[in-house]
Amino acid sequence: MSGDPTLERIAQGEGLALCAAGNWTARFAPALERIVSDAEKLRGSRPHIFIDVSQVASLDTFGAWLIERLRRSLSDASAEAEIAGLSANYSSLVDEVRRVGPAPRVVSEGLSITGMLEQIGRTVAGVSGTIIGLVDMLGAVLAAAGKVLIHPRSFRLTSTVHHLEQVCWRAVPIVVLITFLIGCIISQQGIFHFRRFGADIFVVDMLGVLVLREIGVLLVAIMVAGRSGSAYTAELGSMKMREEIDALRTMGFDPIEVLILPRMLALVLALPILAFLGAMAALYGGGLVAWLYGGVDPEAFLLRLRDAISIDHFIVGMVKAPVMAAVIGIVACVEGLAVQGSAESLGQHTTASVVKGIFFVIVMDGVFAIFFASIGM
Amino acid sequence: MAEQDIDAIIRVRDVTVQFGTTRVLDGLDLDVKRGEILGFVGPSGAGKSVLTRTIIGLVPKVSGRIEVFGVDLDAASSSQRRAVERRWGILFQQGALFSSLTVRQNIQFPAREYLRVSQRLLDEIMVAKLVMVGLKPEVADRYPSELSGGMIKRVALARALALDPELVFLDEPTSGLDPIGAGDFDELVRTLQRTLGLTVFMVTHDLDSLYTACDRIAVLGNGKIIAAGSIADMKASQHPWLQQYFNGKRARAVVA
Repeated sequence: MSGDPTLERIAQGEGLALCAAGNWTARFAPALERIVSDAEKLRGSRPHIFIDVSQVASLDTFGAWLIERLRRSLSDASAEAEIAGLSANYSSLVDEVRRVGPAPRVVSEGLSITGMLEQIGRTVAGVSGTIIGLVDMLGAVLAAAGKVLIHPRSFRLTSTVHHLEQVCWRAVPIVVLITFLIGCIISQQGIFHFRRFGADIFVVDMLGVLVLREIGVLLVAIMVAGRSGSAYTAELGSMKMREEIDALRTMGFDPIEVLILPRMLALVLALPILAFLGAMAALYGGGLVAWLYGGVDPEAFLLRLRDAISIDHFIVGMVKAPVMAAVIGIVACVEGLAVQGSAESLGQHTTASVVKGIFFVIVMDGVFAIFFASIGM
Repeated sequence: MAEQDIDAIIRVRDVTVQFGTTRVLDGLDLDVKRGEILGFVGPSGAGKSVLTRTIIGLVPKVSGRIEVFGVDLDAASSSQRRAVERRWGILFQQGALFSSLTVRQNIQFPAREYLRVSQRLLDEIMVAKLVMVGLKPEVADRYPSELSGGMIKRVALARALALDPELVFLDEPTSGLDPIGAGDFDELVRTLQRTLGLTVFMVTHDLDSLYTACDRIAVLGNGKIIAAGSIADMKASQHPWLQQYFNGKRARAVVA
């Protein structure tokens, strides 16, 4: 190609002229860089070197900078290299790049043992911060709830109903579908293994206790943490990023009262409802499989179920639901408000919201198991 | 339009853009000449940003024809289109910097993707761009959320200039800047236009910018260009909106 940049070396007596020609532009940057790196090795080879740019067809920042870089590296204490033949059009551009200093070093932390230990230490120390943050948020939410109880008119019913629709009504299909399938699977697995002992019918006991006490509420809580906890974090996080929360605060509104309380309340109402529907769907699925696959007809199933479970099992399941909802909501809101300016931070906190939400739900479930065991329920 | 300007770098012909039933641009014609700074004004909501976004291909048009660098963007193959995209730079209204990358990475991003050059050269060019837009090299490792509004605009301009484009779109570059900062920015655009030989398409509301930076002004109203020409032409126009805009209270303050 004729437009390719070149740098010809022409000896002139004692000195050397480097004649640049062609297009010294960004498009040819890789070739230009090679040419200039080669020419830089000429440093000190001749007493007088100058760069002639009169033949350059076009010049942009890349070309101008590379010429300037070449000039700098060819200059030494005794002789300054010069640029000759600069047209008026390009002289201001070359003047511009003459002001360019060295690039600041990238501060990169290499992989080191101390660095890793430091990271572990910081993470462990961060755990207490997380717990304090959660307790702090719990307190703030309770305080806001107290305020609303004293002044019921400040309660945001519309907002609460809106969030209730989002987290409860719209979640019903997926929650029912998944719990139904889990009920089917538990029942099928139970029958498959119990059959060897001729204990098919005990699958009803297992299904009833498992679904009502544990699986129903736990599974639904995990789904809600993934579905609504993440949504809360993302909503609050992007509001935080765009200073909407600050705007609210400066208008004299408490973000906890306006944004978080309705969300928390919606979640606390939604989870028991979803857990109940989920438990029913799982029992239904389990019963269906027991009938079709295990040959336990519905009447026998219901009779057995009535013997196997008591109201206690149901209460144990339902009591856990609002507490788990509160945990999910608080984790989600804390993470949402912790979002910093970048899209990456929003992603990290949304992930953290779901992960921590699920973790705390399981921890709470364990605590409840111990509690109910000790009071004999 | 009668005259066929050979030197037009952007040629917009009979472009119509519609959102639902609202017609935003209605048979619009516009030429942007090589090497000029075109100021594009019009009432809020008239569709200035829509036209910009239509030219760069972010908003689909109902009918019409847009040529940039003589390439019809609808008929262009994807490689032709990419070649055109390499030759323009865009400064979005809010900067649109990548929030999870540092200033350094933001500015280097286009060059890193398009050119195979060493990290050293990328760093040097990045500093050159920062100096050009009037920032200190020390900001290179900050994140966009740690920058002020004016700095975001400057970094965004540096990124728009990363590949030394021939054409730059500026969407309200001086909005949200203090008058001194805005003045500096106009000066900067002028200087860059001179040194790099840029063509600038600038959407603006800033009368100062129109006076100091722009060679030519185009006015959008009712989905069409209602006037195009120099400041003097604008002031002489009988159009009521132009009268108000260029001879109103604020305009007098600028001239005085």
